[in-house]
Order: sequence, then structure tokens, then C-alpha cells
Amino acid sequence: MKDLHQAILELVRQASLELPEDVLDALKKAGQREKDHSPAQMVLSAIVSNARAARERSVPICQDTGTPIFYVKYPLGMSTRQLREQIRASVAEATRRGFLRPNAVDSVSGLNSGDNLGGEDFPLIYFEEHENEDLIIDLLLKGGGCENVGAQYQLPDHSIGAGRDLEGVRRAVLHAVHQAQGLGCAPGILGVVIGGDRGSAYAASKKLFLRKLDDHHPEPVLAALEHRLTEEANQLLIGPMGFGGLNTVLATKIAALSRLPASYFVTVSYMCWACRRKRMILSGETIRYE
Amino acid sequence: MNEPVVTDEIPLTLPLRDSEVKELTLGQSIRLSGTLITARDEAHKWLVETFIRPASQPSPKDLDILAQLRSLLMGGAIYHCGPVVEKKAEGGYRILAAGPTTSAREEPYEAEVMQFLNLKAVIGKGGMGLRTLEACQQTPAVYLHAVGGAAALIAQSVTRVVDVFKLEFGVPEALWVLEVRDFPAVVTMDAKGNSLHEQVRAVSQIELQRLMARNQ
Repeated sequence: MKDLHQAILELVRQASLELPEDVLDALKKAGQREKDHSPAQMVLSAIVSNARAARERSVPICQDTGTPIFYVKYPLGMSTRQLREQIRASVAEATRRGFLRPNAVDSVSGLNSGDNLGGEDFPLIYFEEHENEDLIIDLLLKGGGCENVGAQYQLPDHSIGAGRDLEGVRRAVLHAVHQAQGLGCAPGILGVVIGGDRGSAYAASKKLFLRKLDDHHPEPVLAALEHRLTEEANQLLIGPMGFGGLNTVLATKIAALSRLPASYFVTVSYMCWACRRKRMILSGETIRYE
Repeated sequence: MNEPVVTDEIPLTLPLRDSEVKELTLGQSIRLSGTLITARDEAHKWLVETFIRPASQPSPKDLDILAQLRSLLMGGAIYHCGPVVEKKAEGGYRILAAGPTTSAREEPYEAEVMQFLNLKAVIGKGGMGLRTLEACQQTPAVYLHAVGGAAALIAQSVTRVVDVFKLEFGVPEALWVLEVRDFPAVVTMDAKGNSLHEQVRAVSQIELQRLMARNQ
């Protein structure tokens, strides 16, 4: 198998150091909507300057380089065992070079492994074989502050007046955004999953952060709900970093999974404004990043 | 709620005097210079369990660290931060990225830590609760909010890594002694009992009730 260590190291470097263009554009537009000289506008301007500083100085955008989550689509016949080894070696090397903070802590001993390798599931890697001949690796870096404000609701939930329907979903999501206040590093992105089980729903809610901010769900009813949730979350006036203001959520992404008759979960994952995602595509001998 | 306005940036130099701290108000933008120390989850737990409410006698090594912390933090500031650090080939360290971490996790410890070390400022993100707000009035001290995620920008204000304590906690959790120049932050909890976070929460609660009243 081709040696991909350098290519994957570069994927990690770009993911940690370069904010995606669509996210940066959304943050700039958000700054234009805030009142002049407001703390909210100051925050957004610092965020944009920070993105520039990270690129220029070749340092991570955020010190919390999060859980590295890899989504790998591989062609028939490629060894996932070898891919896993190469990804893990590249993550350790990226940590030595300061692209990633050592983030894997043993939950019993409290010891930090120092190289971002911690058991089978850190970094987290999902493999999926596809028909294409290309190898596609998406990397998402999800920080701990925003991970901590994720929430899962089991409908009906009388305390928020939420029944088992899309109105109930709306209530659960707004409740979660209010609970989060600025703690998830607003303005954030919401990954909302309707249905599934507790595990599948959280996993799917994070995968939604691979979508571009300006795309829409193909189902008109869910596309409308995505739009409405973003609008209404912003009416909560929590604002950037919770300083008050008009921008609390940049975008909402929804997925609906089949559920058991007994279960109706609404799962909300929150992604901080530093939505670090990068894709690497190996096509024949050429590698590109987007 | 009085809408805070970002003022011209006020330069502040550590150590801070009580009179300076008491004058600061919500929304004021400041630039902090001097020596501060990072302290997050493990450091807070260690301070409380080893010195403030100890189960046993602290070790001589820990007492020595405490003596150094006390002298460094006289009128000083702690920063809720787990930085990305490069170990320089020629020895010493360089801070690559150093944004704030969520302060709310330190709420069970902070009031005691502030009073124990006589801190004049706590720096972090997301704000803290009522016990810390009370401690801000008593000590007196302020809570300074750094921009979450603005780690590259903030790292530029770190001019030197002076020392590090408790590196066995791991890089993010160790206590890094940092010399900073013009570290940018905003006052979001003052020494007079005001909290921008409480104000925003109250406003958003009203808006949430309005949105929940609408049913369709």
C-alpha cells in the first residue's frame, strides 16, 4: 500500500491551522450584522483576525484541537488495518509538531498519553468501502467545550412542552441552545438528529458538521426546519461568546434516522465557530485537499 | 439590561491594585501585561484538595510550589487555559496556541481559590456563577473574558514562558507561568456584583419563553 504518512500529516495540519472558507465567510458576515462597537462585534473581529494569525504563524486556530474524527471512504481491496496504522502514526507526528495538543487522557489514571493515541477509539476512525477508486478521508476536529454542551432529549418531554413531532423537535433544539448560552463558543453550528438510538444519533449528529454551511437538506420540510431553527436560535440574543448579540448560530444541519416505535430521540451536537474540517482525496497518484 | 459598549482598550499591568479592580465595569475592553499562570481542572482540584481542604499534610514539594505560586500571584491573575506548547530544541518552551477553556467547570472551586491566593483577576470563557461573583466582590477581583478559540491571536501576546509547575498533569493541565504583553480580554463580571452572563441569560430566557409560547 502507498505510504500516506506525509499526506495524512498534511491533512491534519490543514484541518487544525486553516478555517474552512465557508465558515470564515459566515463569520465575517455575522460581524457586519452586529452593532458597531458592541462586544459581539469585537468578538467576531477577533475571531477573523485569529484565523489570519493562525495561517501566518502556522499554529493551531484553537488550542483545543479536540477529538480527531476521521471518516474514511476506501476502494475495494484497500487494507483498513494499514490505513488505521498510518492515520495513527500521522496523528502522533502531528502532535509532536504542535499541530495538535496532546488530548488523549486515560479516564481512570488521569494520565495524558502525550501523543493523542489512546486505545482503539482515540483518534476515532470510521471506515466505509465505496465503489469509487479514490480514497477520501474527511477529518473533523471537535473541541471539548462545544462537546460538553451537546444534549439528547427523549420525547415526549413535558418540561419543555415537546411532543413527538417536528414542533417537539423545534422546542428541544431551542432549549438546548438556551442551555448552552455562550459555553460552546458561539456562534456555533447545530447538528440535529431526529430519531435513531442514543448512540447512532450522536454519531450521525457529528457527521453533519462535514456539510457546507450554505447547503440545505434535500427534503423541503427539513430544509425549512433547518432555516427556522437558525433564525429562532438567533432570536435568543445570546450572541458571540454569550456576550449578547444577533449571531448565536451560524447554521443548522438536520438528519432524520429511523427509530423504534418506543423511542423518539432528538439529539443536538454543537460545533463551535472553529468548525475545523478538511477533506483529502487520493485519486490515482494525485492528492488534493478541499 | 444596559447594553455594554466596547470602550477604548484599557491597559492594565499585573499585579493589580484593589482600586484599579474596583473601577472596572462590564463591557470594558482591557489589555493585560505582566505575569499570569494557567490553571484549569486538575490545578483547581489539586489546590483545593491539597491546601484548602486537605485530607493529609501536603508534601514538601507541593508546599514549595505553593510558596512560589503565592509570590507569583500576589495581586495576580490565573488563566483557564490548556495551551499547545512547543519544546524548543535549545531548551525552554514556546506557546503556540493559548485560548481560554470553559470556566464554568471551575465554579465549585474558584471562590475558595480566589480567596486563598488573593487573586485580582480570573481569566477564561463563558463566565462563572454566583459564588464566584460574590468572591469577586469580597476579594475584590474581576472575571475577564478572553475570546474562545482565538488561540493564535492570544498566543502572540505571550512573550515568555517563565516556568511550569505540575507538568505531570499533562501539557494542557499543567500550571504554565506566562509573561504576557497586551493580552486582550473583556470585563464580563465586575467587583460590584454585576455579571454580563447573568444579564444575557435573563434576556435569552424571556426570548425562549416567547418562542415556546408560539405553537405550530
